[in-house]
Amino acid sequence: MLLIDCPHCGPRDENEFRYGGQAGIAYPETPASATDAEWAEYVFLRDNPKGWFDERWFHVHGCRTWFTLRRHTVTHEIWNP
Amino acid sequence: MTRLDKGGLVDRSVVLSFSFDGRRMEGHPGDTLASALLANGVRVVGHSVELGRPRGIFSAGPEEPNALVRVGADPMLAATTVELYEGLEAWSLRGKGRVDLDATDDRRCDKGYLHCDVLVVGGGPAGLAAALSAGVAGARVILVDDQPRLGGDLLNSRVRLDGSRALDWVALVRARLASMPDVRVLTRTTAIGYYDHNYVVAVERRPRGERLWHLRTAQVVLATGAQERSLAFPGNDRPGVMLASAARTYVNRYGVRPGRRAVVFACADSGYEAARDLRAAGVEIAAVIDPRPQAPAEALAGQVVTGTVADADGLLTEVLVGDRRFEADLLAVAGGWNPVVHLFSQSQGRTVFDEEAQAFVPGASAQAERSAGACRGRYGTAEAIQDGYAAGCQAARPAGKRQGGGFRVPETDELPLRPPAAVWLVEPQSTDAPDVFADLHRDVTVADLARAAGTGMRSVEHVKRYTTAGTGADQGKTSGAVVAGVMSALLGAAPGQVGTTTFRPPYTPVSFATLAGRDRGALSDPVRTTAPHASHVARGAVFEDVGQWKRPRYFPLGGETMEQAVLRECRAARTGVAAMDASTLGKIDVRGAGAGEFLDRIYTNMYSTLRVGSCRYGVMCTADGMVFDDGTTTRLADDHYLMTTTTGNAAAVLDWLEEWRQTEWPGLEVSFTSVTDHWATVAVVGPKAREIIGLIAPGAEELAFMTYAATKVLGVDGRVFRISFSGELAYEVNVPWWYGRSLWETVLDLGAVPYGTETMHVLRAEKGFAMVGQETDGTVTPQDLGMSWLVSKRKPDFVGKRSHARPDTARDGRKRLVGLLADDPAAFVAEGAQLVGPTGPMLGHVTSSYVSAALGRSFSLAMVRGVAVGDRLSAVSGESAVPVTVVEPVFYDPGNTRRDGDPAVRAVAGRAAGCRKESPAAAFAGRFEAAGSERVRLREVPFVRMWEVRGADPGVGLRLGPDWWLVTGDTEERPGWVDVSGQRTVLELTGPGALDVLITGCPIDLHPAVFPGHAQTLLGKAAVLLERFSEPEGEGGYRIYVRSSFATYLAEWLLDALEG
Repeated sequence: MLLIDCPHCGPRDENEFRYGGQAGIAYPETPASATDAEWAEYVFLRDNPKGWFDERWFHVHGCRTWFTLRRHTVTHEIWNP
Repeated sequence: MTRLDKGGLVDRSVVLSFSFDGRRMEGHPGDTLASALLANGVRVVGHSVELGRPRGIFSAGPEEPNALVRVGADPMLAATTVELYEGLEAWSLRGKGRVDLDATDDRRCDKGYLHCDVLVVGGGPAGLAAALSAGVAGARVILVDDQPRLGGDLLNSRVRLDGSRALDWVALVRARLASMPDVRVLTRTTAIGYYDHNYVVAVERRPRGERLWHLRTAQVVLATGAQERSLAFPGNDRPGVMLASAARTYVNRYGVRPGRRAVVFACADSGYEAARDLRAAGVEIAAVIDPRPQAPAEALAGQVVTGTVADADGLLTEVLVGDRRFEADLLAVAGGWNPVVHLFSQSQGRTVFDEEAQAFVPGASAQAERSAGACRGRYGTAEAIQDGYAAGCQAARPAGKRQGGGFRVPETDELPLRPPAAVWLVEPQSTDAPDVFADLHRDVTVADLARAAGTGMRSVEHVKRYTTAGTGADQGKTSGAVVAGVMSALLGAAPGQVGTTTFRPPYTPVSFATLAGRDRGALSDPVRTTAPHASHVARGAVFEDVGQWKRPRYFPLGGETMEQAVLRECRAARTGVAAMDASTLGKIDVRGAGAGEFLDRIYTNMYSTLRVGSCRYGVMCTADGMVFDDGTTTRLADDHYLMTTTTGNAAAVLDWLEEWRQTEWPGLEVSFTSVTDHWATVAVVGPKAREIIGLIAPGAEELAFMTYAATKVLGVDGRVFRISFSGELAYEVNVPWWYGRSLWETVLDLGAVPYGTETMHVLRAEKGFAMVGQETDGTVTPQDLGMSWLVSKRKPDFVGKRSHARPDTARDGRKRLVGLLADDPAAFVAEGAQLVGPTGPMLGHVTSSYVSAALGRSFSLAMVRGVAVGDRLSAVSGESAVPVTVVEPVFYDPGNTRRDGDPAVRAVAGRAAGCRKESPAAAFAGRFEAAGSERVRLREVPFVRMWEVRGADPGVGLRLGPDWWLVTGDTEERPGWVDVSGQRTVLELTGPGALDVLITGCPIDLHPAVFPGHAQTLLGKAAVLLERFSEPEGEGGYRIYVRSSFATYLAEWLLDALEG
């Protein structure tokens, strides 16, 4: 059970959150002009690194805020700058 | 009897009677089952799992591989870990547990959540010193220990500290810990798992049932001690062969002589301590065998035990040392020590082999953790105390606490310890020598290990799986190091190179009942109920689970089957008037200047152009273009909409909206508030519906199709929507939760026939309305459902639009929604049946299948590729293949002529009686009252007015999120506030024991110094808002704001918690 530091509520157990996958995947500005390949890149393809990973979490049972954190996918360490 | 006249920590003034395999026996408080069995002369406690060899008590702790027993409903426990109690009934086992199906398990297990700065695992000399130093430094400390009393190995030994009994020192430390308010000591508590982010799980054994503690801590001090090990020599499994430390424990702690005449095999110096203590207890020491070349005069130096001899019952009679034979009924083996590195290893720390200690010890830490004392090879008492004290000081430092002083390490009378002999294996000297066991629990011998090595296995993980060594209930606590040592001898490698297998939680066996805690039976999963639920139960409704909701599936009358009931209910809806409890549909209040624009981007169709007061059906897609959810959204005002979602997707849709608002379109001014529980909804359906609506909501009966009115319903502020999911004239009538049951009963009293979800399904399927989750499965686009008309061509974009132009979604030949009719109108086509043509492959599957009262026959919906109306298919399910014909998916009233009902039915004069008000936990008032005590009281605070406020700080209320408040009580409503008075109810927990109740289900840190006063979190399995309050008079307590639909679950949960 990870301990996740919600920017609003402070440290809470992982099961109060919903995982939101890789962070920083912006919605294409003009989807209509995206090629099929570009669109597939946005919809389907995500990084899966062994190591540090920026990912989104949603504090579903708390303040209902989406936020980004950096987690190490091997050690589960969470980056605390 | 082998009980000593005096000595030990048992209370001889009290006699406990118990039975073993049906034999009556006696013991004393302070005994374990194992010590009491030894005191009663029991030498064979069970038989081994594979070979059926007699086995005796081998250890005095959780590492026990032999003495496994069934106690009550517990199928397998180590007798060395069972505290004796009056009336205990134990049965011997052959190596593995047996579930007694007749046994009743009346344990009341629960959970507990605690937080601290420093968690100390182990209450021996190192752990006590660590807890003391961290406590003196002002840290919040939890000390857990698996024994009934603190002291660790000091309970088992005769070591003296500062010239006094060691337990006097323990008592001093214990008293100091007890005086510190932020130090909590949990005895009889075994830490079983060490997980990510310093999350440690421990089991506390209580007479009424275990408590599973979830402990979150900044720093951990592991002071888990060490376990003595045996070594592999011929005949090492006889009853009478025992760890030297266990023999010493039985005489010192329990006042029991484990034998009359003993040989001590002292590969480590602990053997000499055991010999001394056994001798002092009157056990004759026949010999001390020490493999090390330098040994005290009493020992046979440079010798090893080469075999044992047993009598006809398999009991030890002689110990062989080369050519010499020693008569003995006890062989005390001191093979060296294994530091208990299990938790360290679970924390992802790597162990290293210490050549001097001949043991695996903790290497570098992976978490904020440190080991102290014997669990890192510091075996001497003074050394362990010193080590523990330093570890406690270091662990308290990050908490920013003051440093304590004035601690002095006591002086001991222990002799310095010499390194143990590096002996793991004594090879048999003849072919007829008895077996050499490596793992007693699993009956694995050195010959088995040699066979594994002979096949080429080098990894201990492979050897474990091949031989099963280490897979017993003891998880190889006594055998792991022996297997590594023997493998190293067989392979000619160092034990450090061979390594250990992975240590996995739990450290000791845990029953499922313990893990489940309170989440059993009716509390295993929260049940959500609607406001009229009690009426449904009283009416004999048959329920189905939809998500966590209980929804009436049908309402049988007088022994009707489901099919009969559904036909009758359908007929009522199509020819008269019927009513359904539709409260479970998700309802989301959408507000803000950007609300219309937001909905345009989320739904496939337009909402910004919807007229105020009108409703529109919409479908939303995920980014891949697939249907995600559907429902009706109504424009209540220019900047105010009410969205409805499917029952099962309500939470997911709300999350989805927040995701897009927060992460993609933060510039849009829009906010979302769930009002699912605030509004109770009754659908009134049928050609004669107008009459009832006229009586309960005068004027609303004249609403045009797809419009809405805010109006009085039975005299309270309600909402009536004229929307239909059946093709008939229909109204969805909404009142706040408090009035929902009364509305439902009034509508039925006025003649509406109640119907459930099954009838709802039939009615919608007859009209060809697809159901999300039934026709769709995440691979279906709106176009596949024949809903191209619903997908806007004018909007530049909406979520999923671009994906509808992907080659795979735009291609021909995708599965599409069709209707099916079987050739035989009475034939029933199974949902899920595969559809095949005369020759070809599978073309699709049946998604919905019902018997229709209106059609007088069965009918189905299906998703099929490449077919046209009139095509013939076979619906194949199991052994049956039903011939069917493809038809249009609308079976009933394709021209929508029935939408406006029976024009002859008008409103009649009159008005139904007013609405009765009922709070969500009203039914619990009596039980709450009865469950109260001096320590804790529980009550519902009903009918609290509440509003959710978004955007700017209202200056009142509880802040729930960055731009989110809950305002309660007698405040004047302001514009923009969303009335959620029926969304939640308040359960109030007061009294000095309130916090003790909450920590059994609330995972956050509720320590008064940390808890900010209120928080949204979980209690049990329900999401709650928890608020601490104080009163000028009295101690105050906690208000638990819970969703109305979860109130029954949480009330039952709290009542269970109050019972303890």
